Amino acid sequence: MMSATSAMEVNAEARRILAVSISKLYASRTQRGGLRLHRSLLLSLVMRSARDIYHSSSRESEGQSGAQPAAEEPMDTSSSPGNHAGVSQAEPQPELISPEPAAEEPRSPEEPCESETIEDKENLSPARQSRKRRGKASVAPDFLPSKRARLEPGEERHAAPLGSCRVRAGESLAVLSLNRVIPAF
Amino acid sequence: MNGVVSGGGGGSVFVHLPTLTFSISFASCVAADIISTVEFNSSGELLATGDKGGRVVVFQREQEVNKSQPQRRGEYNVYSTFQSHEPEFDYLKSLEIEEKINKIRWLPQQNAAYFLLSTNDKTVKLWKISERDKRPEGYNLKDEDGRIRDPSTITSLRVPVLQPMDLMVEATARRVFSNAHTYHINSISVNSDLQTFISTDDLRVNLWNLEITDRSFNIVDIKPSNMEELTEVITSAEFHPQQCHTFAYSSSKGSIRLCDMRQAALCDKHCKYFEEPEDPSTRSFFSEIISSISDVKFSHSGRYLMTRDYLTVKVWDLLMENKPLETYQVHDYLRGKLCSLYENDCIFDKFECVWNGSDSVIMTGSYNNFFRMFDRNTKRDVTLEASRENSKPRAILKPRKVCVGGKRRKDEISVDSLDFSKKILHTTWHPHENIIAVAATNNLYIFQDKVN
Repeated sequence: MMSATSAMEVNAEARRILAVSISKLYASRTQRGGLRLHRSLLLSLVMRSARDIYHSSSRESEGQSGAQPAAEEPMDTSSSPGNHAGVSQAEPQPELISPEPAAEEPRSPEEPCESETIEDKENLSPARQSRKRRGKASVAPDFLPSKRARLEPGEERHAAPLGSCRVRAGESLAVLSLNRVIPAF
Repeated sequence: MNGVVSGGGGGSVFVHLPTLTFSISFASCVAADIISTVEFNSSGELLATGDKGGRVVVFQREQEVNKSQPQRRGEYNVYSTFQSHEPEFDYLKSLEIEEKINKIRWLPQQNAAYFLLSTNDKTVKLWKISERDKRPEGYNLKDEDGRIRDPSTITSLRVPVLQPMDLMVEATARRVFSNAHTYHINSISVNSDLQTFISTDDLRVNLWNLEITDRSFNIVDIKPSNMEELTEVITSAEFHPQQCHTFAYSSSKGSIRLCDMRQAALCDKHCKYFEEPEDPSTRSFFSEIISSISDVKFSHSGRYLMTRDYLTVKVWDLLMENKPLETYQVHDYLRGKLCSLYENDCIFDKFECVWNGSDSVIMTGSYNNFFRMFDRNTKRDVTLEASRENSKPRAILKPRKVCVGGKRRKDEISVDSLDFSKKILHTTWHPHENIIAVAATNNLYIFQDKVN
């Protein structure tokens, strides 16, 4: 059983790793040679671990102290835009995924930029981002929410799994829909 | 590449792990010259390197002309340089295709010419490297400059004669195998039948015939119908050295599958599955990343498989699937630093591993330009460094040691002083002799062992 302090430490560590991961995913969009599937997959696995540990250590701290874990601590991470957005845009939640029971399929990175190829007819995934070009500076990436998320076309097909998500009161870090992280590019 | 420092053999006996002397290094300072692959050919006479700029440089071992100095080993000199791949642009996906050479594999020599396969992320090419040392001269219809002569001036028949000329080494692209991979090619492997080869990307393995470029057979496809269910990718694949129907592929989850092409056209069902259960006590945020296999190599005997993950090298017996035969710690002192290595991206580095000719010693790279050798019989291991400062011609390589804690001895280097920008990802071992080539960023080091 973790002490309150170490639960908080683990919590902070998990948040830091999540922030670093987000900035890496963001940076990989502009990588020469295109998105690397292997790297994207590994990043998403780390993010999932960090997210799960963040949740469980949050619960630990809550259980121990009966209070919220410390609110946004200043994060000692690089100052890339991805980071700032990930830290500051904490409250509004996009699609939430609660800690799934082990049996449920884990979310995985969407194949990079494969949306429109003929090959993907077999692919049932509805989560296709718009391929409309966006100005680099003008629009924030999808996975860094600046406002309450709205349902995109095709979202309805996610209704069943999403419906089972429970919103955690007072979660202070954006919980990401990992399967949407990659197709945001 | 430029800057050749020459050296040669000296004289003392090695018993198990070779005592290596510094032989040659080739260096350059341009980023595009970062070496991305090294490979000896099957006789060891040639050594090929590929770089980030899409170039291939082939070195050839000097024939030992000086019989009176038998201990003077043949050195490797540049034999041929050519641009294998150029940067391309995929207009459909708005993606640049890097020209970086991911892998080079030689074909065994069957005639006077040499053949190698080189690949970037999307296209495999077969290159023929041949020598030309004769030139036809004495054309009847052309003058010496090659201009067509006025037919009215030609009064007799003259047959061109082959005259010797300065040796010229030409590389020509004989086949281009393209448009078969949606994802990034990570490996190629030539079959022992010498007629086919496989190319592997993150999700698929394709079988080609060396003569046919307009079609390939997909023999492994792990792409899920719903990409959101993707949990693992293929990281490397290799044909068995003797059995032309057997190949193995490694995954990002730390498992290896052995497949038999006789079983079915699509080898999605493995016939052997090698995986070691994870030790729950070492679980961390980064457990998945460090268990991802970066390289898989069959032993020359075909009895064993070697895999490299981030912290270890493992030798597997093909007859035992539930755990490796041997596990070697490459740089376990990094286990406590995984978070920093994640932040600086080093945790994604893909180290390769190699067998020596007799399968008794295995070698792999590490950071700070260190590389490690493990003797499977004596269980001894050594850490060596590829650096210009420490490499005088014919100098014996001094073993290095990393201090993991407590008092640091004089010659040791502490973990915090390691330079993580200096990594040795690519190494190759001569098929018969104790000669190794080590790529340290844009420097190539060749080491030979000392002999009496």
